[in-house]
Amino acid sequence: MTRQPRQWKRCSSVIRLSAIDQQMLGFFARFQAFFFLAWQSFIRIFSKPYYYRDFAIQFDKLGFSSLFICVLTGLFTGMVMALQALIQLKPFAATSYVGGMVAVTMIKELGPVLAALMVAGRVGSAITAELGTMVVTEQVDAMRVEGTDIIQRLVTPRLKAMLVALPLLTIVTDAISMLGGYLIASGYGISPIMYLSTFTQFMVPLDYLEGVTKPLVFAFLITMIACQTGLNTGGGAEGVGAAAKRAVVLSSVLVLMCDFFIAKIFVVFR
Amino acid sequence: MTEEQSIRMEQVCYTVGGRTILTDFDLLLEQGVNRTILGVSGSGKTTILKLILGLIHPQSGRIYINGMEITNRPESEYREQRKKIAIVFQGGALFDSMTVGENVGYRLFEEGRLSQAEIEEIVREKLRFVGVEPALDLYPAELSGGMKKRVAIARALAADPEYIFFDEPTTGLDPIGVYNIVSLMNRLQEAGKTTLMVTHDLPTAFATSQRFSLIHESRLAFEGTEVELRACLQPNVQEFLQPTDRSLFV
Repeated sequence: MTRQPRQWKRCSSVIRLSAIDQQMLGFFARFQAFFFLAWQSFIRIFSKPYYYRDFAIQFDKLGFSSLFICVLTGLFTGMVMALQALIQLKPFAATSYVGGMVAVTMIKELGPVLAALMVAGRVGSAITAELGTMVVTEQVDAMRVEGTDIIQRLVTPRLKAMLVALPLLTIVTDAISMLGGYLIASGYGISPIMYLSTFTQFMVPLDYLEGVTKPLVFAFLITMIACQTGLNTGGGAEGVGAAAKRAVVLSSVLVLMCDFFIAKIFVVFR
Repeated sequence: MTEEQSIRMEQVCYTVGGRTILTDFDLLLEQGVNRTILGVSGSGKTTILKLILGLIHPQSGRIYINGMEITNRPESEYREQRKKIAIVFQGGALFDSMTVGENVGYRLFEEGRLSQAEIEEIVREKLRFVGVEPALDLYPAELSGGMKKRVAIARALAADPEYIFFDEPTTGLDPIGVYNIVSLMNRLQEAGKTTLMVTHDLPTAFATSQRFSLIHESRLAFEGTEVELRACLQPNVQEFLQPTDRSLFV
């Protein structure tokens, strides 16, 4: 009687350890699968067949369809950035620097991150849902039976489209945000020349490179997470919904995390 | 019949999520002898097809296609072996984003050996064979369940495979739809194709196959002809053929 509780205690800790062990194994297996898919997709960018039609369709779906949302995001973020900067700069009579401040914030940080978050929410979930539906309706199995390389056919065209589309969307977001910033700055008597001239004071060429590198990395992350989650969907319609939600959350968090690390790398090289 | 003209499974075991689906399962599909795998829903019939196609991999045992062992080979090697086989999935598994014509000609387009005109001719011929040629430019969402199955059969035929697998081909169809599918399968057999079907629909099985395998509790419970199946006195075989009150809610 006295030994029983101890045995239970030992037994429950063994069960707990085994559960942790299973979780860890599962995590590392998913991690490994992610990197395998990422590598396989990357090397297939340069190998035939190229599936130009699929690339064009995906570019249209991922790129053009996200243009409006990125324009809106850029416009209002630029406007609010300029407004807040002007309020802070006015007591120091430094309102002429507003253009440079908006440019630094938007081109280096907010432009790439906001465009990536918009695309992750809109496009990442769509990719996961589309691939997930294909998995649960056995279309992916059917393609494999027909002799298709699933990565080449389903993942690589999306990756290529995203690698082209997201940097372009980011450039558009940045440009529109500059315009939005100027709309507010002009109300404070800032001339266009004064607004633009501060760009060069605040920005160096490496900053522009940072502004383009980030969307490239984010595009890769968003697409790979969306595809990996979609291709591992199970459990019917409910599973597709859960997978789409998981892909958006994971890619959004990773975009923010990677943003810090890329910024840190560029700071080192400055 | 030589080994080079058959699909063979030897002592195959498959477990998923701690649940045993197949235990020491054996199967022989000789060319020209059409087989049906019988079993209740969830007994692992579809798993057998997926194992042969290399869509999933067994924990142990061996699988041979025309004498070549394909167990746990890399995906690229499976792609070669799969060219000998086509499958008609339970729900058709037609590609939503493509028209019926593009679905049927999919494998031919992928292979890239034939010209557009040649592929179109083959596609039309296969659609005519299954009786849905007018649906050439429609999308799968615009087809009925029976038409989807027939288009899936046309797609399976397009690349002229040696073996055609059918996964529950008559499920969810009305009697006329079932009749159409059964007669199509018989025409395929007359055309020299070897079929492997998994189903729990006994009339369809008896109308299309010469040999039968029955799975019961992850194991092969019976293998033989229709006459042998009907004469088999094993309780699980009898229960499957003529369910009684004892089978309720099992």
